[in-house]
Amino acid sequence: MTKEYKTITEIKGPLIFVEKTEPVGYNELVEIRTGGELKRGQVLDTSDEIVVVQVFEGTGGLSKDSAVRFTGDVIKMPLSPSIVGRVLSGSGRPRDGGPEIVPEVMRGIAGAAINPASREKPRAFIQTGISTIDGTNTLVRGQKLPIFSGAGLPHNDVALQIARQAKALGEAESFAVIFCAMGITNEEAQHFLADFERTGALERAVVFLNLADDPAVERILTPRLGLTTAEYLAFDLDMHVLIIYTDMTNYCESLRQMGAAREEVPGRRGYPGYMYTDLAIQYERAGIIRGKKGSITQFPILTMPGDDITHPIPDLSGYITEGQIIVSRELHRKGIYPPIDIRPSLSRLMNSGIGKGHTREDHRAVSDQLYAYYAEGNDLRGLAAIVGKEALSERDKLVLEFADKFEKKFVNQGRDEDRSIFETLQIGWELLADLPESMLTRIDDKYIKQYHPKYAGTAKK
Amino acid sequence: MEVGKVKRVAGPVVQATGLKASMYDLVLVGEEGLMSEVIGISGNKHVIQVYEDTGGVKPGEPVKETGAPLVAQLGPGILTSIYDGIQRPLTKLAEASGDFISRGLFVDGVDHKKKWEFKPIVKKGDTVKAGQTIGEVQEQLLIKHKIMVPPRSKGGTIKEIYSGNFTVDETVAVLEDGTKLNMLQKWPVRQARPTIKKLAPTIPLRTGQRVIDGFFSLAKGGTAAIPGGFGTGKTVMQQTLSKWADVDIVVYVGCGERGNEMADLLHEFPELVDPRTGRPLMERSIVFANTSNMPVAAREASIYTGMTVSEYYRDMGYDVMMTADSTSRWAEAMRELASRLEEMPGEEGYPAYLGARLADFYERAGRADVLGGGQGSVSVVGAVSPPGGDFTEPVTQNTLRMVKVFWALDSKLTQRRHFPSINWLDSYSLYDKDLEPWFVENVNPDWNKNKRRAMAILQENAELEEIVMLVGSDALPEDQQITLEVARMIINFWLAQSAMHPVDTFCPYKKQFELLAAILKYRDYAVEALQKGISVEQIKSVPSKDALAKVRLEAEYEPILQKVMAQMDADFKGLK
Ligand SMILES: Nc1ncnc2c1ncn2[C@@H]1O[C@H](COP(=O)(O)OP(=O)(O)O)[C@@H](O)[C@H]1O
Ligand SMILES: [Mg+2]
Repeated sequence: MTKEYKTITEIKGPLIFVEKTEPVGYNELVEIRTGGELKRGQVLDTSDEIVVVQVFEGTGGLSKDSAVRFTGDVIKMPLSPSIVGRVLSGSGRPRDGGPEIVPEVMRGIAGAAINPASREKPRAFIQTGISTIDGTNTLVRGQKLPIFSGAGLPHNDVALQIARQAKALGEAESFAVIFCAMGITNEEAQHFLADFERTGALERAVVFLNLADDPAVERILTPRLGLTTAEYLAFDLDMHVLIIYTDMTNYCESLRQMGAAREEVPGRRGYPGYMYTDLAIQYERAGIIRGKKGSITQFPILTMPGDDITHPIPDLSGYITEGQIIVSRELHRKGIYPPIDIRPSLSRLMNSGIGKGHTREDHRAVSDQLYAYYAEGNDLRGLAAIVGKEALSERDKLVLEFADKFEKKFVNQGRDEDRSIFETLQIGWELLADLPESMLTRIDDKYIKQYHPKYAGTAKK
Repeated sequence: MEVGKVKRVAGPVVQATGLKASMYDLVLVGEEGLMSEVIGISGNKHVIQVYEDTGGVKPGEPVKETGAPLVAQLGPGILTSIYDGIQRPLTKLAEASGDFISRGLFVDGVDHKKKWEFKPIVKKGDTVKAGQTIGEVQEQLLIKHKIMVPPRSKGGTIKEIYSGNFTVDETVAVLEDGTKLNMLQKWPVRQARPTIKKLAPTIPLRTGQRVIDGFFSLAKGGTAAIPGGFGTGKTVMQQTLSKWADVDIVVYVGCGERGNEMADLLHEFPELVDPRTGRPLMERSIVFANTSNMPVAAREASIYTGMTVSEYYRDMGYDVMMTADSTSRWAEAMRELASRLEEMPGEEGYPAYLGARLADFYERAGRADVLGGGQGSVSVVGAVSPPGGDFTEPVTQNTLRMVKVFWALDSKLTQRRHFPSINWLDSYSLYDKDLEPWFVENVNPDWNKNKRRAMAILQENAELEEIVMLVGSDALPEDQQITLEVARMIINFWLAQSAMHPVDTFCPYKKQFELLAAILKYRDYAVEALQKGISVEQIKSVPSKDALAKVRLEAEYEPILQKVMAQMDADFKGLK
């Protein structure tokens, strides 16, 4: 048995400092007992004299004579197939009144890095039924594609629509949804749960809930538990896993709080210098491993403080993830749903999931052409506001109109509207057909001949 | 050799006592012997960065000295390898520990069991000096690996030299003084390998990218930085350069970036064919993949390991290009480690020596007379990832002080899906003047003239656009409206180049030149027509102009371009 210490010398924010006599390992799991309660923590700094421990359930209620036990082991997650369908707390304990998970395996939650040489290149197209994603920012299986949003915008609806509609074309496979809530309100969480229940997704889901009034440090654990579960489902049980976690901003705030408590030298805007690495360790747990059937696709949601995309949280995320879907306040105000602004949005893996054999051969060219004129049309709005629409050249007027129609027809769609990729491309072509053919400079002539509505039906097969 | 004791563990940094190791010596930490490096010594305490995860390491565990710094193993078999930041082959790690990297594994950078056929090129009685090639191994079908006398050795007279199949450890030659030579060199990664003398950059490094070769070209042995916010095209550009650059060897260092990008590269390179040789690109490539989720100390080391391997092939007389994606992650690794040392931070928390480290790194690039005779080069292309896309931050600024070429990525262009999103007004190449004679001699006497003309049009265009934003384009004088149109053509038909298009991804010099010349020819026609009183609308709507847009997408473009130009001549003759 390991020894119990009652030698807490200091309690500061989420940290306790403990004197001890036996060597304690870095990152070791620590149990702290106070009254009847058991809290868990992790060693952040260990030396001959003193050990610094972060306490996940918060230090509230701890005192200098709370009992501290170093377990000699790292934090592990109990896993078994019966975890599917469960609702757990942000630190992995049952929250649905059900029994503790009886483990078939115990897995360390830190997450070893996938060997880059063992990765399979993700390239299976996933149809979400949303044109601004499928058509212009295509998702592929094994991708990590965050939603960058702002307070009060319908990012949750977008995420739910994706979770409902996402499918690989022409395949029926076993898949699971993991939902990790970090610091969101009870109401928001219920919104997700109700939708999962309505669509039957809950039976295939594992839910981790850390709500706004749960301890902030616990949030450091939540995505790690979710991702450990995801790896188990994907790589042990061959499932395709879609993991949604929200809100990454709250997670990062917890990291900042921990850094401040440790009096670390802060990086940009007070966030720890290692936040990039920390986020990367979570985000990089998406992907596919060669020779395995399952996959992990990630949808992190984060709200940009002050709608500022240069804020460290979206900035560092954007540097790690494979693109981003931007929910725009301006489009939302115009009443457009989903209010996705394609201009700053990006799917970096799009190219490997589209084209012949995946979607359709003209997909890339159509997407590029739509982008080019939507962006130009947006710029022209500024100009038209100054000089008046009449002062624009004929060509510019066309481009301006294109941008408006693009928002109304391509971007805008119903909350339950599940468009096939071919419908999406068709809408794109119809918008482009309103421009003179000579303006379609990004599209190879052979695609114009085949897919342009003007030639529809005339092309040889 | 001493064995010390761990005193403290906090993240990737360990403090130990009882060691005699020198700065940057490799030590093995804990019961598992985790690979680590001494990065600070104060009093009786050694500060050590650990290349692997430190979870579970306890005070009191042993720290063993190795008596040597971190070295790269250099010998046949490096090509086509994929390594982590400390040159452990990732495929071997996967064999040892499965799909997830576990720790405490030792794997050599080159295979010590494999036999290579050594063909001597010097003979008994010859005198050889440091760096000189004594024999060759056919490492890849078209790439000979030169077996060289190690730099800094004395050299001497060959007493014995063998030919046949050997492992890298076996002796292939013996000198009069008894020195045995084999096919393996070990070189401390943080030290530059010596050359005789660095040479002026007078030969361009052809990339097949119009905006680069045509406007902001890189020299063989030169240095370039690509700064840009996320998603602006740094990685795609580095991968594109790695595919098409006319160099002999490519060293691609993925430093703190994405795993899937490395998977993509490893998937593509064996399948793509080097246009110069017809052989798979992988045969000339070496990849270092220390992704963002791999240990941060090994990320810090990866840049040096990659550079050492690059220099080694340069020493054989090859042109090498090293790309580092991203040097910001390297700088951040330095910052993360420095902050754990509780060093006094400089600007934005980076250590005060950031500028010096960047300088040392870029200084290792260059074209040089190599020790063994002949010339070789290491060109370096470093991606920079400025927080918030703001180029005033320390890593970008310190980098720009060192590098000669600046490809400024512009998120406004990205949003329009204009690729490569290299801003044509902010970017520069300081090799410009040095390279001009080469283009005149080897491509076309008008190369530089046309370039300057096109750049002037774009400059004027930028000024005019500001006016347009106030009054609209129709209010401009007619000749300026033409300038806007020609600028649009240069931007959309020439500067824009999709890396994803099977043909357009690579554009030979001749095609680059002819496409630009055609656009400038349109301008000449247009100006002439204006003088004849023909309207701007008429000039803008000649059919041949639009036809010009797609010539770049054609592999056999010459007849098509000829036809378009003949038509343009007819179009303008027909204008009334
Ligand atoms: N030269 C190019 N041609 C076509 N598409 C490009 C090009 N450069 C970048 N892109 C697009 O932009 C995306 C982001 O580029 P990437 O190089 O990954 O950005 P960064 O490394 O700067 O974050 C790519 O996934 C690709 O869709
Ligand atoms: Mg990149």
